[in-house]
Amino acid sequence: MAMWFKQKGPESDVVVSSRVRLARNLSRYPFPFKMDEKQQKEVIEKVVSAVKKDNERTYRVYDIKNMDLITKVSLVEKHLISRDMAQAQNFRALIISEEQNVSLMVNEEDHIRLQCILPGMQISEAWKLCDTVDTVIEKEVDYAFDKNLGYLTSCPTNLGTGIRASVMLHLPALTMTGYVGRIFEACSKLGVAVRGLYGENSEASGDMFQISNQVTLGQNEEEIVKSIENIATQIISQERMLREELYKQNKTRFEDKIMRSYGIIRNARIMSSEEAMKLLSDVRLGVYMGIIKDIRPETLNEMLVAIQPASLQKRCKTDLNPEQRDIIRAEVLRNIFSNTQDNS
Amino acid sequence: MYLCEKCAKEKESAGMGVFNINDFFSLLMGLGMDAQHSFPQSIYRPPVRCSVCGMTYDDFQRAGKMGCAECYKLYAENLPPLLKKLHGAVQHTGKVPSKIASQLDCENEIEKLKRMLEEAIRNEEYEKAAQIRDKIRDLESRS
Repeated sequence: MAMWFKQKGPESDVVVSSRVRLARNLSRYPFPFKMDEKQQKEVIEKVVSAVKKDNERTYRVYDIKNMDLITKVSLVEKHLISRDMAQAQNFRALIISEEQNVSLMVNEEDHIRLQCILPGMQISEAWKLCDTVDTVIEKEVDYAFDKNLGYLTSCPTNLGTGIRASVMLHLPALTMTGYVGRIFEACSKLGVAVRGLYGENSEASGDMFQISNQVTLGQNEEEIVKSIENIATQIISQERMLREELYKQNKTRFEDKIMRSYGIIRNARIMSSEEAMKLLSDVRLGVYMGIIKDIRPETLNEMLVAIQPASLQKRCKTDLNPEQRDIIRAEVLRNIFSNTQDNS
Repeated sequence: MYLCEKCAKEKESAGMGVFNINDFFSLLMGLGMDAQHSFPQSIYRPPVRCSVCGMTYDDFQRAGKMGCAECYKLYAENLPPLLKKLHGAVQHTGKVPSKIASQLDCENEIEKLKRMLEEAIRNEEYEKAAQIRDKIRDLESRS
């Protein structure tokens, strides 16, 4: 299975992934938080049968209500469901394409949250993919739509297009130099939200930042996607310029910082999530600067997911306390690094 | 649910959570959480309840979410100021589901023909008016 985080995409020296999600509701049902159990189940059935009309992809359906916590959190870590989705008690489903780049959350805040995620800078492609799947579904169900307000969503912040286009950026040089603050100030003036690795309310860790549109009404989907693409492109070139500049200023010091991190991550026996994110950020930078030569770039995204708490526990098939987790995390990282080297 | 020890501790110390959508919406609407006392008289309305989901406008302000599609019709006149604050716009210009697009095209065509009909009658072109009237009937029966 070719999962997004195991592939390499364009501009992947700075862009980790591109994501587009669409919020949709069915016209004859109240929004999810006002539905009874019978309605929740009916909506799931309707969406599942609509998605089956997509001849281009095969999908699997997961019942979120009866899923164990660790599996749910590991899906959050892979960006396939939201934190809110994982916490819910009502009937919810996750429908996911075999390649895992198309997923639908059913009965989250809206009846349908359709998401496409692709590696690297492919935000326009992600929108096109979303649009295609959405067009398949709209033939099978009646969407709640108003000619003035567009797609009706539970929260008015998503009204209109229901689109959220986001790009995950790795910005170590901008963070190191402190310029990142100024860039994000400019972003917020342009109506672009900046968040951490895991979306709303999450902190930036490992120098990872998500930028996404806030406005969903009054601009069409292409305009919204284009504006995020333009802003991301500018940030990418700033980041690249600074990386070169920092490297040129003091080559040995720059290489030393990266190689130290590489040394620790390959040999440590205990590794907290926070430290791992920090070290992986240095290693990622080193790989794309050509300083570390024996790691395939695709492995980096895989590591990013593999070291998260629930993904670790899922790998071990057992509950782990934080100390055990830090030991297993160090082990997993050592293993991935040694396998990578064997393959290259 | 928690992602790591640190997050769990932070969540505890923050009480309810980091961000409260209710506070956010109340602020956005220019109201405190204590809505009864600070509710400006000019926009006060006796509570109207949505016939589909049972929500009132007060419920919406507290939850920050509409209960169903019908609520958007019911509270249509309250929305523009909020939408302007959130999106700087009140009119959708993006994708339209294909089923609704053909319906909207039809409605627009009928509107256009009705204007032509009025003009034909004004100019006493009764034969032309009859033709237009038939076209309108045809379109109306199809939609």
